[in-house]
Amino acid sequence: MDNVNHFRRLAIIWFFVSVIATLLVVLLLAPILPPGNGSVEASGQVVDNTVLLGVSTPVATAVLVYFIYALIVFRERDPTAVVDGPPIRGHSTIQTWWLVVTTGTVLFLAGYGTIRLLADGAGGGQGPSPIATPVHANSALQVQVIAQQWKFTYRWPGYGGMETPRLELPASRLIEFHVTSLDVIHSFWAYQLGVKADANPGYDNIAYVTTKGPQTFNIHCAELCGVFHGYMFETGKVVPQSQFAVWIAQQRRQYAPGTKALPPYSKQYFPQPQRLGG
Amino acid sequence: MTAIAIPAHRQPAWRRLLGFNLLTGIVLAIVGWLLGNVIGNAIHAPSLAFFSEEAGENDIAVLLGYLFGVIGFLVGLGFANYPVRRLLGHPATLAEHESEGEGVGRYFTLCTDHKVVAIQYLGGIGVFFLVGGLNAMLIRTELLQPNVHVFGANQYLTLVGMHGAMMMGMMTSGVLGPFANWVVPLMLGTRRMAFPRIESFTFWLLMAAGVVLITTIFFGGFQTGWTGYQPLGDQGTAGYDAYIGFFALVGISMCLLGFNLLATIIAMRAPGMTWSRLPIFVWAVLATAILMMLAAPMLIAALSMGAFDRTVQTAFYVAGNGGSSYLFQNLFWVFGHPEVYIVALPGFGIVLELLPVFARKPLWGYRLAVAGMLGVALLSFFVWQHHLFVSGINADLRPFYMFSTELISLPTGFIFLCAMGTLWRGRIRLTVPMLFCLAWAFNFLFGGISGVFLSDVPSDVSTHGSFFSMAHFHYTIMGGLIFTVFAAVYYWGPKMTGFKFDERLAKIHFWSLFIAFNSTFGPLFALGLLGQPRRVVTYPSHLQALNDWVSASAFVIGLSMLVFIVNLIWSQFIKREPAEDNPWHSKSAEFQLPTPVPVHDFDRIPVFDADPYPYGVEPAGGPALAPTGSGA
Repeated sequence: MDNVNHFRRLAIIWFFVSVIATLLVVLLLAPILPPGNGSVEASGQVVDNTVLLGVSTPVATAVLVYFIYALIVFRERDPTAVVDGPPIRGHSTIQTWWLVVTTGTVLFLAGYGTIRLLADGAGGGQGPSPIATPVHANSALQVQVIAQQWKFTYRWPGYGGMETPRLELPASRLIEFHVTSLDVIHSFWAYQLGVKADANPGYDNIAYVTTKGPQTFNIHCAELCGVFHGYMFETGKVVPQSQFAVWIAQQRRQYAPGTKALPPYSKQYFPQPQRLGG
Repeated sequence: MTAIAIPAHRQPAWRRLLGFNLLTGIVLAIVGWLLGNVIGNAIHAPSLAFFSEEAGENDIAVLLGYLFGVIGFLVGLGFANYPVRRLLGHPATLAEHESEGEGVGRYFTLCTDHKVVAIQYLGGIGVFFLVGGLNAMLIRTELLQPNVHVFGANQYLTLVGMHGAMMMGMMTSGVLGPFANWVVPLMLGTRRMAFPRIESFTFWLLMAAGVVLITTIFFGGFQTGWTGYQPLGDQGTAGYDAYIGFFALVGISMCLLGFNLLATIIAMRAPGMTWSRLPIFVWAVLATAILMMLAAPMLIAALSMGAFDRTVQTAFYVAGNGGSSYLFQNLFWVFGHPEVYIVALPGFGIVLELLPVFARKPLWGYRLAVAGMLGVALLSFFVWQHHLFVSGINADLRPFYMFSTELISLPTGFIFLCAMGTLWRGRIRLTVPMLFCLAWAFNFLFGGISGVFLSDVPSDVSTHGSFFSMAHFHYTIMGGLIFTVFAAVYYWGPKMTGFKFDERLAKIHFWSLFIAFNSTFGPLFALGLLGQPRRVVTYPSHLQALNDWVSASAFVIGLSMLVFIVNLIWSQFIKREPAEDNPWHSKSAEFQLPTPVPVHDFDRIPVFDADPYPYGVEPAGGPALAPTGSGA
């Protein structure tokens, strides 16, 4: 058994297993990966997930193949025997190569992630002064998402600062979400759009998304916000631009009395804390 | 200062109930609780009643009650005796039950024998681990259906919070409490820890903390999960005070435990136990101890500010009054991320300590393994904002935190490389502890790989706060810590108690746990990707099939733990088959001592002339420990 070149054998097994596994994962698993194709950012996240899967599958197969091989080949057959193995205490070449390869992988992942993040913000919340803005961010449709226990409402600064209980968005349009909260920390998660941004009281959290075709999408609160956190979900819609124009005009008429009673539009609101302690 | 041992004088049983013991501790805890309440109500009634008309609750009274109750408990156990005696000018004594022989009573008192404290930890943490596990079973029962059907939303969130807090709080000391306390002095060749009273103190404080957390159910529970985010916590009923009290006490206990172990490892090594001969488990304990000491104070500070917000109307976390909800998140995760490595690192140590024994080879890449552990410990302080990737704070620092988080995979990779190198051409024996170690490698591999997705910001946007991240940390923490704790239980357990475990039951336990664990948490990755947020009591009905599968698997985990309990009771209390001195043919120092290990460990302090892994070196089977101290 000692004459076998275990290392070469392992490398060959790993090569074939990892090529097959990576192909299977990238070709079969990646296309069905969430959040799907609902927005430019969501598609981008699927691409990122695919790249990460493609990088991590060979690593995972290397470790798994090694352990399975070692357990089969290096296993003590005689359960009563207490025989020592060779006193190998390290191998500087292997250690160096391991360090080089893992460092390279990490640098690649961090670099790739940074480039992808800075391109358009990837749908994540990035605070009041975003650095990762998509092109034409100035012409984005602004929607303020106001979270409170336990619902989301939406204010439209471009439409007289009215507040609607439902969210409809025009198709193929860049949207600028301003996410804030009136009480505790929430998180605005539009699943199919690939948007997630925490809502903090007194803070404006901006996230960009570019919608694609008409669809419905799920909105969930993704940060524990109290007893009815589990009930804080609803459905939003992406509709054709003409239909959106009709809808928003209708909403504006319907909520005109309410708009007058609202405080003026602001990036954040400071209501009295509900419980003053004691 | 010379310690004077007081000779044991036996008293009748009823007489021994009086004095400083657990009974007195419980009585004084109740007295302290009542006293705190009285004082709290006296302070509160005239001045602050204005602010809390709604609930009829008085957070000051509750928190003072906990404070005085815990102080009373510790005084009753006798922790004040030594400092008071010294203050009054009396000589120091070592009367803390070491001299009273080997009675069962020692396990219910302040005892300074590190082996007794270790068993206390094992039993005490075990009980709270069961409570936390039971909570998990109840959570999965509720999630059998998409809508509320067993518990209300409030009860459900309290269960979630108690499960999380119990596991993250009590199990933090799950390795260092029982195993490091027991084995580190033996590995170092010393008879005790550097600070034996503090060692006992950390244990009893932890027990008090656990009880404080359980009392939350009398005050309406808490709705914040184990992270206790503010200002949500500020809204909570007095149940949140229990959370504050619990985690602050755990923080103190952790900090002192780390401090004690660090001092022991630095100052108490026997002759010849140089840094390069330190067993790798001791290095892991050292790295963890540093993390504990540095991270826990942050938690205590964060919670204290929360307590001030709730009682004396400060506004650390109240937006609009000058505070910020981000402050708590930052402080919590500055503690919280090192915390998960506090939980994971001892597991690395156990695996690398056990693999040489069962592969019959020296540890491969000793210095690389040490570098890995210290590297993880160092880096863990620079990654915390990956918990806040979508929160909007410091958005321009996200590339840095992405990089630092991914960087942690380098030292973690060292641990894997050393594990793999140790198996290379070894003579691997698949004993039960070895099976648990190998399961660690499998689980932690998937935990680590899924972490890559969470550390990448674009990918994290879709997975943050979902069941995906929940599955990720259960793979790393349950798959990493709990599996290695069981490896340690089966490996060191018989040596600690003196009685063997039933091997067939142990194998059933392992295989059922390993399969059910993966069957439970594997599908949770899918559930998260399909859009189920964490900590929800309801979910979309098309996810029910997967959720039911997960719940069924979780119940199998519960059954698997029952098998372990049956094994524990059967083999340790009923059948009691004496364990051999060195059942694993280990060359580590503790296995060169007789079983059970004598009260004073070594007759003579040993001298070390090699590291603990001289496998494959002639003469075969020679122990690392030059004179086996006991002479047995």
